[in-house]
Amino acid sequence: MSDGSTTGAAEAVATEPVKRTPAVTGKLKLMSRATYVKEGVLATVFFLSAFVAVLGVALIFLFVGWKALPIVTSVGFGEFIGGLEWAPTDGSFGILPLIVGSFIVTLGALAIGTPLAVGTAVFLSEIASPKVRAVVRPAVEMLAGVPSVVYGFFGIVMLRPIIAEFSGGMGFGAVTAWLILAIMIVPTIAALSEDALRSVSPGVKEASYAMGATTWQTIYKVVVPAAKIGIIDAIILGMGRAIGETMAVVMVAGNAAVIPRTVFEPLSTLTSQIVMDMPYSTGDHRTALFGMAVILFAISMFLVAAVRIVSRFGSRS
Amino acid sequence: MNKTTANRIALAVLWSCALITVAVLGALILYVFVNGVRALSPAFVFTWPHGVNSEGGIFPTIVSTLYVTGLAMLIATPIAVLAAVYLAEYAHQGKTVSTIRFAADSLASVPSIVMGLFGFALFVEAMGLNLSMTSAALALSLLMLPIVMRTTEEAIRSVPRYIRWGSYGIGATKWQTVSRAVLPAAGPRIITGIVLATGRAVGETAVVIYTMGQAINLPVTPLDSGRPMTVHLYLLASEGINLPAAYGTALLLMIMILGFNFSARWILKRYRKV
Repeated sequence: MSDGSTTGAAEAVATEPVKRTPAVTGKLKLMSRATYVKEGVLATVFFLSAFVAVLGVALIFLFVGWKALPIVTSVGFGEFIGGLEWAPTDGSFGILPLIVGSFIVTLGALAIGTPLAVGTAVFLSEIASPKVRAVVRPAVEMLAGVPSVVYGFFGIVMLRPIIAEFSGGMGFGAVTAWLILAIMIVPTIAALSEDALRSVSPGVKEASYAMGATTWQTIYKVVVPAAKIGIIDAIILGMGRAIGETMAVVMVAGNAAVIPRTVFEPLSTLTSQIVMDMPYSTGDHRTALFGMAVILFAISMFLVAAVRIVSRFGSRS
Repeated sequence: MNKTTANRIALAVLWSCALITVAVLGALILYVFVNGVRALSPAFVFTWPHGVNSEGGIFPTIVSTLYVTGLAMLIATPIAVLAAVYLAEYAHQGKTVSTIRFAADSLASVPSIVMGLFGFALFVEAMGLNLSMTSAALALSLLMLPIVMRTTEEAIRSVPRYIRWGSYGIGATKWQTVSRAVLPAAGPRIITGIVLATGRAVGETAVVIYTMGQAINLPVTPLDSGRPMTVHLYLLASEGINLPAAYGTALLLMIMILGFNFSARWILKRYRKV
């Protein structure tokens, strides 16, 4: 707050270098007091607007954390995080199966989605002609715009029967969630990777071609290594998207809060369990759901911080 | 394997990556369109659902979706644009700016169900706004804020420096420069960002499901509850009731979102030519 007003004042002074008091100096009216005050007030308003983002994050953390706090006192942190049984109606609040479920779903989606997304990004920046690019790029952007509930619906009506036939089960489970989530994270990873690939200077590529390298040799020996940091950032953000994804997962995962033995069995994640349990939860049960939200929030903040650290590390080397 | 063969194989793989991505989008749109177009009719759009299987139309859910999205846009846009003006024009690089950027990035990556629970705890319960358009719109606006902030800041930064110099040169103050030279020049790109963020808000489910409620209701005042299209689709699909209506709702959602996407593109293209 104080920082913003001083910034504003400094700017106003900068436009009027002759006198610090912005009044009438001699015959030359540089800036009236009213204008000076107005400029300062506006600068403060802008700063406060920007500060809303900080306020929002702080409020989310404090409010959700405050709602979650009783679970630590009534169940205990270790029992909550490490407990193997999620049976809230019987008083068991162990969320380890949900954490494991979240990671199974996320890592599988990354394993399928990352090659597809990075491949698409390389194709867009290195291979596609402008005409092909004009089709593929909007398609990737539109995949990002499709609502997650539509992906989930598509998963239920289109993908689930195929998986069910293949595996002999109901078709709800990790594999179905992997395939749907893989497609959902493609636009995130592809768009950011493409930015990174495009920022590689053309001179480096030309040098590679001049030495007789093929397109593929140039891609994997020159362009991709040069854009490595940006691609890693993109994958981390894709991971954040996958772990926080809610509606698509709740619709195809099957929602059984146990650690699955095979990838075709139903499982549940932190996000999907919150959606399932929210309507009927009370007391400790609801507190536990807020506890899960705190963990999700902490994971997503950690991933954002990881991107910053990786980028800083990259710019130094 | 010589390098030409390796090159051919690798290029084929990269081509197929791009083709798979496009094909999935095509399959998704085609599947929803073919199955949904039969359900789509004026009656579907303009009548109420009734009965245990939600037969009939989805009119109140469409109104709820448009209502909450419009409200969220009205809340988020001014704050986000002013915040972007601060970051692009006023701020000096330092701890404050990097804190704000980190907060905006974090806000953008908050899982939507966490935003939903936060909205439930703060707006619905603590502030006593109950399940209402206002609660849902406030939670949604937090989601839209970082998106509009980023696109607006990029738009402002892409305005050439000489436009500012010209403005200062004729004696304009900082605010006069920003409001009369910079913002109008960045206008089309700012609007594009707002349209894209609004498209995101239309498709959002987890944020609104526990802040707006699930009761079928035609919202009139901002304190009324309702059921948005996304929640309607979720309930129909997960309970497996009335699949034709589910397809119809999905198609209508896709049409709205593609509409937002195309209009954003159109705005950009139109003004780039000028």
